Amino acid sequence: MKMVAPPGKIVGGSIKIDGEDVVPLSEGEMRRRIRWQKISMIFQGAMNALNPVYSVGYQMIEPLIYLKGMDREEAVERAKKYLEMVGLDPEVVNRYPHELSGGMKQRSVIAMALLLNPKIVIADEPTTALDVVVQAQILNLMKKLKKELEMSLIFITHDLSTLAEISDRLAIMYAGKFVEIGDSMRIYHEPAHPYTQKLLRAIPRLHEDVDKLEFIPGTPPNLIEPPSGCRFHPRCPYAKPVCSREDPPMVRVNKDHHAACHLL
Amino acid sequence: MVRPILEVENLKKHFPLKPSLLDSIRGAPTRFVRAVDGISFSIQPQGILALVGESGCGKTTTGKLVMGLYPPTEGKMVLDGVDVTALREDEMKAYRREVQMIYQDPFSSINPRFRIYEVLEEPLVIHNIGDREERMEKVSKALEEVKITPPEDYLGRHPHMLSGGQRQRVAIARAMILNPKFVVADEPVSMLDVSIRAEILELMKQLQEQRKLTYLYITHDISTARYFADHIAVMYLGKIVEMGPVREVIDNPIHPYTKALLAAVPEPIPERKDIIKELPIKGEVPSAVNIPPGCRFHPRCPRMIEACKTYDEKPFSASSEHWYTCINP
Repeated sequence: MKMVAPPGKIVGGSIKIDGEDVVPLSEGEMRRRIRWQKISMIFQGAMNALNPVYSVGYQMIEPLIYLKGMDREEAVERAKKYLEMVGLDPEVVNRYPHELSGGMKQRSVIAMALLLNPKIVIADEPTTALDVVVQAQILNLMKKLKKELEMSLIFITHDLSTLAEISDRLAIMYAGKFVEIGDSMRIYHEPAHPYTQKLLRAIPRLHEDVDKLEFIPGTPPNLIEPPSGCRFHPRCPYAKPVCSREDPPMVRVNKDHHAACHLL
Repeated sequence: MVRPILEVENLKKHFPLKPSLLDSIRGAPTRFVRAVDGISFSIQPQGILALVGESGCGKTTTGKLVMGLYPPTEGKMVLDGVDVTALREDEMKAYRREVQMIYQDPFSSINPRFRIYEVLEEPLVIHNIGDREERMEKVSKALEEVKITPPEDYLGRHPHMLSGGQRQRVAIARAMILNPKFVVADEPVSMLDVSIRAEILELMKQLQEQRKLTYLYITHDISTARYFADHIAVMYLGKIVEMGPVREVIDNPIHPYTKALLAAVPEPIPERKDIIKELPIKGEVPSAVNIPPGCRFHPRCPRMIEACKTYDEKPFSASSEHWYTCINP
């Protein structure tokens, strides 16, 4: 989204959206052509993503008017259509955020992200603040929309259980780097990186009895001075001398399954 | 059977709503939020009862009632043979020594201006325990017990210098320092990362074994309830709708609400990714001001029959310890 708040900035690399590298683009161009149209975002905590003093409709039509040049009426119609698509009463356009429940707010925020038909939607912890039943409803909705609108989804979460229910591919991140990436079935069944293995063994299961949950001793490192070599080595039970010296490269474990660990 | 350490009978807590100007002119009767609306349960010594339910079902209010932080509107609570509801204010202080609470958010449950030493010393000061030296010793021991070691390194720090997991350990140490019999843990791990979550649950389990504690574990996360507790009570809109041994209830739920809750729980099973989950529940939780008559779950229930609208919510038993409130399960 190129929305890292200053003084943070992109210091290297490229981000290709639909073939085009967006890193060199100016803020104006991002706003005119890319953001919300090609890529959009559902923010964590829908309760705070909406402005409490404007109606839902008012907040939704803004991009339609400024980016698509629609008039007010047309824009409201479109907003209504999208609210209906996410399972809300179209009349929600006239309501204010405090009149909606947590689940309804989350649905409105999803509708907002889809309004300009982006190809990619980034969902940042879209269900963490919600109760289980509402969480399941929202996950169902996102699965359905992804299929119907033929879009791609980047689903960011710390909850590996939720992720299992929606992802095709999985990337596990630790201290600013990917440690494992690939087909989610493979990773859930045969995690290759010690960090992923530990994480999966830390989840209590609903229908299985676990004698003892495992946990990862220590805390994630400070990123001002990340550990040398493999960033996970101070907490890794299998660490060898090489782990603190060299940064492990991503190696192929299997078809569409890569991990960065010296033990592989 | 041993005498339960805590017995709760028909406990209620209704909060009056401030009437609107129009209502007070009209003289309309005061309306109430029926947060806890007649619940009964008991916990065996050294037992762990998990109280699960969605936000607004009254589980935290129940925890606070057990702590004696609110006077109940109605009902009885007996802890270790003593009727808590009949205690005077000065007797309450002694009660609060026996019953302690671990809160959800370790970032707001600890005074940021206190050093760790002061955080842990405060309960000892309030209850006039020991002199300065003895208190220092107790504080160090308490930190060691929750594996914040070496304690000397942490005594002078402020909470902001600790991680979330460490803070929750300090909060646990604070709850343990008065040697309580009974601990109410209100979502103690829901704000923590997965790996730390497991660590804190392990610690709480260890303390329970060493100190022969009893826990009331309040959570919305049924998977951790299975791991941590021996019994479970499912709460909906101020009432317990099903209760029993944790494995029995999770593997053979009877009440439609319990079934719906369990169906909604995400599990780390990637084979389910293309399935749209069947959720046998409609709509959202109604407000606790307007609780539906009869079975309070009937407007959302897929198995609703006419008789549900007048059912008095008297429980049925499924086995000696497992009961539910449903006439058409």
